Amino acid sequence: MSARYGMVIDLDRCTGCGSCMVACAAENNVPPAAPRATTRTGLTPMLVHKVSNGAEGAAKREVFIPVTCMHCANETPCVSVCPQQAVEVDKATGIVMQMPQRCLGCRYCMVACPYHARYFNWWDPAWPAGMEKSLNPGVAVRMRGVVEKCNLCHARLHSAMEKAAAAGKKEIDLADYVPACVEACPTGAILFGNLADKDDAIYSAAHSPDAFRLLARLGTEPKVYYKSGQAWVKGLAERDSEHAKESKHV
Amino acid sequence: MSELLLVDRRWIERGVERSSTKRFVLWLAPWFAMLALGIYAAGLCLYYGLNQTNMDNRFAFGMWIFLDLAIIAMGAGAFFTGFLVYILKQADLKPILNSAVVLGFICYSGAVAVLMVDVGQPLRAWFTFWYPNTHSMLTEVTFCITCYLCVLILEYIPVLLRNRQLRKVPSFLVFEHQLHKLVPVLAGVGAFLSFFHQGSLGGLYGVLRGRPFVYRQGFAIWPSTFFLFILSAIAVGPSFLILVTATAEKLTGQKLVQPGVLRKLGLISGILLAAYVAAKAVDTLVWLNITSPSLGFGPRDFYSYWPLSSTFLFAATVPLGLFPALLLIMPKTAGKRGWLILGASLACAGVLLNRFVFTVQTLALPTLPFDDFLQYFPSWQEVATFGGVIAYGVLVYSLSYRYLPLFNPPKGADTNVSVD
Repeated sequence: MSARYGMVIDLDRCTGCGSCMVACAAENNVPPAAPRATTRTGLTPMLVHKVSNGAEGAAKREVFIPVTCMHCANETPCVSVCPQQAVEVDKATGIVMQMPQRCLGCRYCMVACPYHARYFNWWDPAWPAGMEKSLNPGVAVRMRGVVEKCNLCHARLHSAMEKAAAAGKKEIDLADYVPACVEACPTGAILFGNLADKDDAIYSAAHSPDAFRLLARLGTEPKVYYKSGQAWVKGLAERDSEHAKESKHV
Repeated sequence: MSELLLVDRRWIERGVERSSTKRFVLWLAPWFAMLALGIYAAGLCLYYGLNQTNMDNRFAFGMWIFLDLAIIAMGAGAFFTGFLVYILKQADLKPILNSAVVLGFICYSGAVAVLMVDVGQPLRAWFTFWYPNTHSMLTEVTFCITCYLCVLILEYIPVLLRNRQLRKVPSFLVFEHQLHKLVPVLAGVGAFLSFFHQGSLGGLYGVLRGRPFVYRQGFAIWPSTFFLFILSAIAVGPSFLILVTATAEKLTGQKLVQPGVLRKLGLISGILLAAYVAAKAVDTLVWLNITSPSLGFGPRDFYSYWPLSSTFLFAATVPLGLFPALLLIMPKTAGKRGWLILGASLACAGVLLNRFVFTVQTLALPTLPFDDFLQYFPSWQEVATFGGVIAYGVLVYSLSYRYLPLFNPPKGADTNVSVD
């Protein structure tokens, strides 16, 4: 049975600590930022935005919104535009895969992505002396001039598949496949699972009244859901909120 | 020095008037300097990577994509003039055809050169041919531009081989003669390829569902921008030819073509521009009232950010669209050289603005509700590379004008040799 891996991020639990960003970078061998890198040229497959409702004083409210690849299921914007099939949707998992080895670096997929969840390697990857020993041997380092993005920690999926195969099973045990950001979140704000499995906790979370998706009206069927009990936060999803006027990255 | 003068004179066609060698060298010098700086800047980008530019993850396309879209639209004069002469049998446009071919060659080769710098892994360019994604507009663009550049090279070679010295080589003459037989076929193939990729450049943006500012519905697999880009390119191509010819006439002090040729180009340009403005107006209304609201976006999401406001939409439609169309169509204005040139200039400016809006404004506008309006200023390396392409164009055209029969074939020669 094919899975539809996705996330439900509870924004009311997110403290904006940035652990998910750090864990993502460590797991996926994201190099330290180059000296001239800015917030717009860095590699942040998981990026936490700080959003305010625009009010002042006691009425002021803020929320942290982690944004990563939404793994769009319908008319996936980045897939159809890539001129050399370096992007594809894995039918078995629903994960939108990026093949840096085939990427031309034209960046058309980055232009196509409404969530700005794709990143270009503007510099050669480099680590301070000694730090290369901390690299994850299961993940290939990407070279300068190619695009990368969240692949839901594909190396961890591979490990889970290997473990299942060794045990003679065809399906993985979901307890063996937990993306780094999910694992690192200290408040348990990120729920990961199979959206196609009605028995999975993520299914009911994604269908709860508090759940919503960013830019859902674009019709791309993102597989990352958000959850909040605050009306103004939920109002952001369909761009019908006048409150979210200020934002900055954590 | 005297030897240089002699060589220069030997390569210039007999009976034609050209400036002195010294004056020509002085004219070329600054353009060569600009080209050298451009090559240096492009070299930095290739060696150190695209961190030499001011593009970033959000402004993933920058000044170079604008340059590509702009010069390819301007270069449409080449295929469209070929189409008019060979397919629609408008023989009175033949005198301008060689010039149009050279301009097309400059525009397309310049665009391909910049694209090679603009991608992160230029050595993987062949991947697009080996692993083509047939659903991608960029694949269509890559295939068509590459093929059409080959066509333009084949069209340019006969013009090149008409040079006074080159045609003394018998094998060149034979080659030119054989190529010459192919030219009508090449014009047809070129027109087909060029129509398609002018459209796919528009489709490149029109298919972007995630960018409601440019996303358009359309016919079958093609968004409306596919057809609008074709129409705007063939509208502005003849205008660009008028501008280049008028500039060459001004600089050389010579009358290069009969006024009737420019007048006819102006009329064609004006009619097509008027049709484009009408089609664009309908498209804009459908987009603002149906397409973008269905995606959750309204006019306020697009036009409330200074300076990229609705002023640009108005400017591209009326003062740089309808107005030049009228100037180029109305006999009273089109009959006067000044008005004709003004009309052609405004038409070109309008299409340049349109391409700017598609490439730059699209990326500046926020899509996420908590996102910012972005700014982007190109780095000196981007500007210098841009300038290098312009300088390359001026140099190729200047050298072609001096040594090749662009407008005035040699006396006594069959004037149809290079164009029939």
